[in-house]
Amino acid sequence: MSGGVDSAVAAARAVAAGHDVTGVHLALSKNAATHRTGARGCCTKEDAHDARRAADVLGIPFYVWDMAERFHEDVIEDFVAEYAAGRTPNPCLRCNEKIKFAAVLDRALALGFDAVVTGHHARLGADGLLRRSVDLAKDQSYVLAVLNSEQLGHSMFPLGDSTKEQVRAEAHARGLAVADKPDSHDICFIADGDTQGFLRKHLGSEPGDIVDAGTGEVLGKHDGAFAYTVGQRKGLALGRPAPDGRPRYVLSITPVTNTVTVGPAEALEVSQVDGERTVWIAGQPPTGPVECEVQLRAHGRPAPAVAELDGSVLSVRLRRPERGIAAGQAVVVYRPDPAGDIVLGSATITTAS
Amino acid sequence: MAYLDHAATTPMLPEALDAYVATAREVGNASSLHGPGRAARRLVEESRERIAAVLGARPSEVIFTGGGTESDNLAVKGVYWARRPAGRTKVLVGAVEHHAVLDAVHWLGEHEGAEVVSLPVDHEGRVRPEVLAEALDDKAALVTVMWANNEVGTVQPIAELAALAAARGVPLHTDAVQAVGQVPVDYAASGVAALTLTGHKLGGPLGVGALVLGRDVACTPQLHGGGQERDVRSGTLDVPGIVSFACAVEHAVKHQEQHAQRLAALRDELIEWVRAVVPDAILNGAPADEPGSRLPGNAHFSFPGCEGDALLLLLDAQDIAVSTGSACSAGVAQPSHVLLQMGADPLSARSSLRFTLGHTSTRADLDALITALPPAVDRARRAGMSR
Repeated sequence: MSGGVDSAVAAARAVAAGHDVTGVHLALSKNAATHRTGARGCCTKEDAHDARRAADVLGIPFYVWDMAERFHEDVIEDFVAEYAAGRTPNPCLRCNEKIKFAAVLDRALALGFDAVVTGHHARLGADGLLRRSVDLAKDQSYVLAVLNSEQLGHSMFPLGDSTKEQVRAEAHARGLAVADKPDSHDICFIADGDTQGFLRKHLGSEPGDIVDAGTGEVLGKHDGAFAYTVGQRKGLALGRPAPDGRPRYVLSITPVTNTVTVGPAEALEVSQVDGERTVWIAGQPPTGPVECEVQLRAHGRPAPAVAELDGSVLSVRLRRPERGIAAGQAVVVYRPDPAGDIVLGSATITTAS
Repeated sequence: MAYLDHAATTPMLPEALDAYVATAREVGNASSLHGPGRAARRLVEESRERIAAVLGARPSEVIFTGGGTESDNLAVKGVYWARRPAGRTKVLVGAVEHHAVLDAVHWLGEHEGAEVVSLPVDHEGRVRPEVLAEALDDKAALVTVMWANNEVGTVQPIAELAALAAARGVPLHTDAVQAVGQVPVDYAASGVAALTLTGHKLGGPLGVGALVLGRDVACTPQLHGGGQERDVRSGTLDVPGIVSFACAVEHAVKHQEQHAQRLAALRDELIEWVRAVVPDAILNGAPADEPGSRLPGNAHFSFPGCEGDALLLLLDAQDIAVSTGSACSAGVAQPSHVLLQMGADPLSARSSLRFTLGHTSTRADLDALITALPPAVDRARRAGMSR
């Protein structure tokens, strides 16, 4: 229970379904701030208070579990290391994989609980299939697609059949004070939203070249390649325009030479995406090509594709080129379905071309 | 429900509750001059006299406050501020004090120029007199050492410590919230200058307490206003709370001996049973069979390989209320400073659980605990130490 409306209503629904429910709030920072400011971040003492208050209203026990050390090792350090390696990680996905449905789940199972219930917007049916939420704008199946069948077997997502609006209305009806609490955005451990500043603090600044992909010409300088993301246009500060006058985008980041390579928009287009650390959730891994849709970033549009699995390497051919695909993000494979698109599997993007 | 957390707060004694309700029906500000005011004033002064009588104090030495934390802050900061102009800037503080004392002292260190001297404890949590003797000097403003520890129940050699301090002209304050009603507490005989007690730890109401403060002990007030309490503490007096508090103090002190005997017998049984079902459990603090060295209702264990928090959750699910330590630090698991100061490593400090008995405790509570404890320990061990 983060202290937000989703987990409060998820807990309420689990209680209403007759489960024996215990509320758990995760302390993920060793020195949590007292109050939240704006809609960013989470895990302040005020959030813990809100979660506790919701648990009290539901009449369930409530505990704070200190997972700060594991969160630091498995999520924050990984986040920094991934950027240092020129990739763009998704820490929410990592947190689900390593903390919520691993450390927390393991602890819960050992203590005699059967499952972890969260307020994620996704559907997990009796068939064991993970589907998109009915609220496509709030769908979080992308950040859950890293979970394996074992983890999903001990998970419950009671909100998947509801829109966010319905969830808020239910919170109101149940007398939960968090009903109108703003959604949290961005990365919870970067409370001020300044990811570049966070990375600079952790990785230091290391000046390097911004190079034109076509000519190899040095167009400018940067303070650290890690601060850039593939597809980024703003903040390049190139000083002079390209000869053709068109905007330039980050095409790639090469940590070894500390180089940021830029080029025109069409150079961002890729039609082949390869991933590793593949998890195949839905049934047996396929032996041949699979017609599917893929999602290549959080809140990205589904793109028609053909996926093929070779051992742990997932190879995806896009039907139409997509732009700005960053290594480190997840590629999630869906099978379109009238009852909600089904997550087939996922992998971490290694290369895009 | 088995309530094994009397050190956190106690159920109210029926007579204290009756006294509260009866008084709360009446109107009257104890500072008013009219009839209802005089009636209220009379109840307050009678309460003061009753408390003074059972604690070996004079009525004028009893200052009513809003509870233990206020009394501790008033004593620590007030005595420090009153003595600082004479160059007395050192505050000597027991290393295992409650945060109400510890944090007040450290605040003085950080903001008011106090030199904080921590008095280390032995492995049972005791401040040894020789440690204080060595630390005392002519710059000492005050000494503050609790009468008995809230976590592990160790009783301090307060009279010896107070005598050492008095010999150097230094007032000693003691937080006795856990001690009154559990062990003999006589203000005058102990030789302390200031003593904190509170209602809800001895069957009285929440939110009311007292500082017993010698007439000759200078103390700078912190709440300014009507000057109701000897000009040291202002604020309209909580008449029903005070009457109920006095009732509870009187009852607790008058029945202390038989109460302590009953609790100690139950507690010894609890210790024996816990050791029987969890043979590697470690009793923290002073041995239970050493007379006067441990609070009669306190049993505090480390369960190796278990997270105290996990045990608490599992026992709570069986309707057994216990604590991992002081309720104030509950929330995010921090290893107890008390256990760390006693020489425990952080891991074993986090694997501890406190059981505290009180006037409502029965054999049935122990039965419930002993039935639930072994499976809880097994599960908590499987869950391991979280990090």
